[in-house]
Amino acid sequence: MIITCPYCGPRDSSEFVYQGEDGRTRPDPASTDQAAWNAYVYDRVNTAGEHEEIWQHSGGCRAHLRLVRNTLTHKISSVSMARHATVPRRRRKAETPA
Amino acid sequence: MVDQLSPLAPVLTPGRQGQGPMGVVLAEIAPGSIVQVAAWAGQESALIAIVRDATGLALPDGAGGGIATDTKAAFGFAPGKFLLADQEEGLAAALPKAVTSALGTVTDLSHGRTVIRISGTRAEWVLAKFFAIDFSLPALPVGAGLSTVHHDIFAQIQRSGADQFDIYVFRSFARSFWKSLCHASEEVNYEVR
Repeated sequence: MIITCPYCGPRDSSEFVYQGEDGRTRPDPASTDQAAWNAYVYDRVNTAGEHEEIWQHSGGCRAHLRLVRNTLTHKISSVSMARHATVPRRRRKAETPA
Repeated sequence: MVDQLSPLAPVLTPGRQGQGPMGVVLAEIAPGSIVQVAAWAGQESALIAIVRDATGLALPDGAGGGIATDTKAAFGFAPGKFLLADQEEGLAAALPKAVTSALGTVTDLSHGRTVIRISGTRAEWVLAKFFAIDFSLPALPVGAGLSTVHHDIFAQIQRSGADQFDIYVFRSFARSFWKSLCHASEEVNYEVR
């Protein structure tokens, strides 16, 4: 798999470290809400298809990147600097109204 | 001023290896100053201006842009981060006066990096054995730099000439990397200077 870093250009995926699903919101550190912490630590959307995720180019410029990768095909449709993320994040499973 | 000691000293033996034309020349260039400067977001242009005033090097703006002279070098290797090298000492002492904490950071790497120069007609070929990167002149113009990794050895590479590359590696890995580079160069014949 080749990831095209916005700074470094196309690089082998071995230069990158996967840092999990994008869009997780860390609860207030002072919070003792067990459900909120449980959701933050364990709940994943586990998408089959277009998946928004964070990678770090640890073997290159060390920037954090926001990718949209298709988990079925590994096709990467979007890469941007995580700090410049402007695309509205998809609503998470736990936030979906019943 | 302290004496500069090279981690390559026990293994760096000048001379030719192989018969026939030499494909590459390997050498250590041992700059007196190696400094990393970083700008906070939005301060990149101000930092580039400070580098120009302090070193006389006009860093081009843009990913991986850089410039190299006989005695000095500068290139970007990450967003807002630049590596500077000077054969003279003192860059790390001079820069913090201009790079304030509101603008960015200065990190002295003079004792932390070893710089290996590979040059010659087969330099691109030998580097391609280490890194899955396009080292051709259109993809990496003279002066441009990049940051990559060979297994666990991080490397920052600048093209300092049409067929010349300067590889910045961690000092503690330098001897190991040098030996690998020599092995990889055997195929094309090499000279150590």
